[in-house]
Amino acid sequence: MIVRELELDLDAFEGPFDLLLTLVLKDELDLRDVDVAAIVLSFIERLAERDELDLDACGEFLVLISALLELKARGLFPEEAAELAELEPEAAAEELARRLAEYRRMKEAAAWLRERLAQEGDRFFRVGPAPLAPKVEQQIAPQDPERLAAALRFLAVPPPEVSLAHMALRFPPVAQFLERFRAVLRRRTRFDFDAEVGELPRIEQAVALLALLELRRSGEITIEQAAPFAPIRISRTDVEREDSWTLRSA
Amino acid sequence: MDAPLRLIASNPLDQLARTIEALLVVASAPLSAADLAEAAGDDPERVEAALGLVGERYREGRSGVVLENVAGGWAFRASREAAEACARLFEKPAQRGVSQAAMETLAIVAYLGPCTRPDIARIRGVSADSAVASLLERGLIAEAGREDAAGGAIRYKTTTLFERVFGLESLSQLPRLDDLGADVEQIRDRLHAVAEKRTA
Repeated sequence: MIVRELELDLDAFEGPFDLLLTLVLKDELDLRDVDVAAIVLSFIERLAERDELDLDACGEFLVLISALLELKARGLFPEEAAELAELEPEAAAEELARRLAEYRRMKEAAAWLRERLAQEGDRFFRVGPAPLAPKVEQQIAPQDPERLAAALRFLAVPPPEVSLAHMALRFPPVAQFLERFRAVLRRRTRFDFDAEVGELPRIEQAVALLALLELRRSGEITIEQAAPFAPIRISRTDVEREDSWTLRSA
Repeated sequence: MDAPLRLIASNPLDQLARTIEALLVVASAPLSAADLAEAAGDDPERVEAALGLVGERYREGRSGVVLENVAGGWAFRASREAAEACARLFEKPAQRGVSQAAMETLAIVAYLGPCTRPDIARIRGVSADSAVASLLERGLIAEAGREDAAGGAIRYKTTTLFERVFGLESLSQLPRLDDLGADVEQIRDRLHAVAEKRTA
């Protein structure tokens, strides 16, 4: 029996074993697609047809098929070739076998999924974003009840009252005091500023002083103050003139 | 005035069953019994019982809408007999034309996830980038954090949509990997057959 002439009928290849090896070595056939187990089976079935065990053929086949397996394994894990090279041959073989088995299981799992998908192909259901209401988070971190109460007491104290006094400032018009002082001066020739406006709020006193300055500017009155903080005395201008005239004539 | 539609006449769970129907009609993703109990403001055990009533009413052959336990919760879907009509009106972008590479990648993520692209490449022997991108786009897998601290590779896991598309109650319904060795058994059987023929 000549191993190289072994006729193969695989999914990926049909023809003699020799041609398969040639195509693989020329990179014209991807070893990943070649079912090595099917080659082994074909060989064993051909072997079984004969009465005697062909030891030479078996030996040759073993060499070829193990080389093919190693090539396939290295092709499957190219980046691990270096890593495997560091292992002892036996350990490397075991590692390769383990990975091949894992890959095989995943291929089978993929086949199972594909079959399942075909069975379940007539499933129609609603898909879309799930506009779920946000969950109400009711859990709080564990706390010491005393500390919690203290925090609440702290928060429960009413805040200091904010003064709104400045909102109430109302400036009376200067004209109001102009009229008032003119009326006073019609009745009397002189008056004391403090005696006239001492009872009023400070804001109004300030406006009253502006009114005095205005009267002074227009020459209707004269203002006297003997010393700082002494009473301010206001006199009608014509009275002042009369007085000075009297003094001079005297 | 019309009497309200009754699932089973005079069942004390009628009202709750109607509330559950309403919640499931509004939902766009499966709702667990706990979700339903919380929303309905009712006892989880009563919700389970009421789900039995709803399931009885909405089952294949009886209704165009079918209640199913899928992806860790309860959801309505179209009955299978209406599938052809649904297919004329609606696309199924998630599952159309999934490549072999994407299917293998999906299997790896489903069984070993959360796992990274390098994990997938290590098993498949080739880069998983395009397969992962395609599955992400279809919504069958999603990111699930990073390996170790920041800067680690992104991990992926399958989504609720994956479980719904494949009609799985949960990932635990996937067959055990050991059970998938059927063709290994076939090979062994053929070897035994050859051996028996030789000894005969």
